[in-house]
Amino acid sequence: MYLYDKFDHKILAERVAQFRDQTERFLTGELKPEEFLPLRLQNGLYVQRLAPMLRVNVPYGMVNAPQLRKLAHVARKYDKGYVHISTRQNVQFNWPNLSEVPDILAELAEVEMHATQSSGNCIRNTTSDQFAGIALDESIDPRPYCEIIRQWSSFHPEFAFLPRKFKIAVTGASDDRAAVQVHDIGLQMQRNAAGEIGFRVLVGGGLGRTPVIGSMIREFLPEQDLLSYLDAVLRVYNQLGNRLNKYKARIKILVRAITPAVFAEKVEAEWMHLKDSAAKLTQAEIDRARGFFTEPAYESLDGTAAQASLNALTADNKAFGKWLERNVIEHSKAGYAAITLSLKPTGVAPGDVTDVQLEAIADLAEQFSFGEARTTHQQNIVLGDVKKSDLFTLWQACKKYGFATPNIDTLTDLICCPGGDFCSLANAKSLPIADDIQRAFSDMDYVYDLGDIDLNISGCMNACGHHHVGHIGIIGVDKKGEEFYQVQLGGNAGTNTSLGKVIGPSFRREEVTGVIQKVLDIYLENRTEEELFIDTYRRLGMAPYKARIYPKAEEAK
Amino acid sequence: MMSKLIKDGAIVANEWQLLDKPESASAAVPAGKVIVHLSVWLEQKDTLISRSDIGVWLDNVDTADLLGSDAQQLPLVAVNFPVFMDGRGFTAARLLRERYGFEGELRAIGNFIRDQLCYLKRCGVNAFACSDEINMEAALASLNDFSESYQVAIDTPLPLFRRRA
Ligand code: SF4
Repeated sequence: MYLYDKFDHKILAERVAQFRDQTERFLTGELKPEEFLPLRLQNGLYVQRLAPMLRVNVPYGMVNAPQLRKLAHVARKYDKGYVHISTRQNVQFNWPNLSEVPDILAELAEVEMHATQSSGNCIRNTTSDQFAGIALDESIDPRPYCEIIRQWSSFHPEFAFLPRKFKIAVTGASDDRAAVQVHDIGLQMQRNAAGEIGFRVLVGGGLGRTPVIGSMIREFLPEQDLLSYLDAVLRVYNQLGNRLNKYKARIKILVRAITPAVFAEKVEAEWMHLKDSAAKLTQAEIDRARGFFTEPAYESLDGTAAQASLNALTADNKAFGKWLERNVIEHSKAGYAAITLSLKPTGVAPGDVTDVQLEAIADLAEQFSFGEARTTHQQNIVLGDVKKSDLFTLWQACKKYGFATPNIDTLTDLICCPGGDFCSLANAKSLPIADDIQRAFSDMDYVYDLGDIDLNISGCMNACGHHHVGHIGIIGVDKKGEEFYQVQLGGNAGTNTSLGKVIGPSFRREEVTGVIQKVLDIYLENRTEEELFIDTYRRLGMAPYKARIYPKAEEAK
Repeated sequence: MMSKLIKDGAIVANEWQLLDKPESASAAVPAGKVIVHLSVWLEQKDTLISRSDIGVWLDNVDTADLLGSDAQQLPLVAVNFPVFMDGRGFTAARLLRERYGFEGELRAIGNFIRDQLCYLKRCGVNAFACSDEINMEAALASLNDFSESYQVAIDTPLPLFRRRA
């Protein structure tokens, strides 16, 4: 994991001091609320429905044991004893006092964490694959490049007041777990014919009110040109992005308006000036960044023997077997596995985790996974480097702390934004819908039979719950002051990204689980042996789902 | 208007008069040190070029390339911030310095706030026509909010990764 040097510490300390001064000036009335607004946002602080919300970055999802303990401490001392893992791998505190935020940031800086640019119209935290560095399908570890981007984007003097927020995601695997196609910039790492490392650059993807899949503007960007090219993209956007209408201000609207080809030309023209400037990455810097993400001290293990003893254990213990099946994935290193701690047990808001649980994760990480953990955009936590021979002990510990729900990638591992219970932008509550669904589909054999399904819920069209890319997406809408829900089908966040389509008119909360049941029925009745939910939908199209859910409308035709 | 000025890290008197954008770009330009809008400069540069007391200001919608290397012939270029949230001026300033070779006084005008000074400075702005609401001493101090930074910028020709050791 990246470790700060004296420069990183100094820059961050100066930022905390700057924000302390800004907060004091706001509290004494010297700084107007509208002036304080972007400053607090760029330090992670929203004002929510009931209280401020502080969003702390987890750069590309990597977090270590001391950081987890610090988050637990902050949750206990300054908040109500729990935090929320966001759909962009970050950590949110729901109840801090505004006047204490500078103290919180100072405490976080001690463990090399920050809330820099986690909100506001600026370059946000760069996200990545939660299995970076360990996935079987990965060709290049994206994390060193994410860290290079983190440093470049932090306090970038030219791009702190963009038309709108700006999100970058990087993946180095063939299976896209970072949703790069729905980011302002998506970077897919690859090697060219000569074996050199570079990026395929997508631009203008995004969810929200106008969901768009990103367009490829450069087939291969050599690694040393990463920052100069990003500067060029941001510079074009900063000059030409729409600033009159906030709903048209994202880069996706600009790219669509002038066409991806013209946008690409403008970027190339700008980049020609910057390409060979001092911003060009040096091999020394790339090597330095890589040096922080080397393999931990893996033991050399007999993978076959490890698997055999696991198989023996599962023979007597079905529950353990289910957990292995759903929550554990193969590792690139023999005898090791990556495990996902489920933060989606029924009865808890998806992604919520308490101070005690955070400390338990820190302990488990130290005991079983080289002291590191990863947050995921599905709002779970991964321990990336666990010996297979430790899995049974780890599973028992997970049960004790409530992380062992064997539901990863199933219907009940749903993604859900905080919605109307917390968020002032919401049209409707989202957490009760998640709870209804988890309770209605509590028969795990049924859920396993359904297989992999992404069900994503957002409380409004801002799409923090990524409902557009859920196989089933649910979005809260406001109908004359009442909370209603639209259901979408056919979205997908992975390699074959697609955007869901609304089935039809919206539903009341109490109708939603019934609608989901009908959707699942159609799948179960029609699937072929090898089809997952999304495949059947893609084959059948919307019509049968529509006919089942709105029979009267069909008759009237 | 423009009563207070920070220039090159000191509080100094402002000697320049800022002229609004006229309806017609061919409107007469008065004598004395004046800052005219880009449109006036573009329309009248054949005559204005002989004067040494002409500055040009760019509005938020005016990209730096519209003035381009004309800037090299001017003692002063100003970048306007009609609202502080509009960050186009940061790019305009930087381009004037690094692309168009402008070495004169680069002045921020309009409604920027004190908390933007340190970033403006990094983008090459060396003079700040502060509104009356800005506390000048504090604004001066804020130029040094950061003593170190990661990126290449006008004040830091080498990024941190080329200086780290
Ligand atoms: S999707 Fe809407 S309701 Fe949910 S967190 Fe985002 S803004 Fe709030």
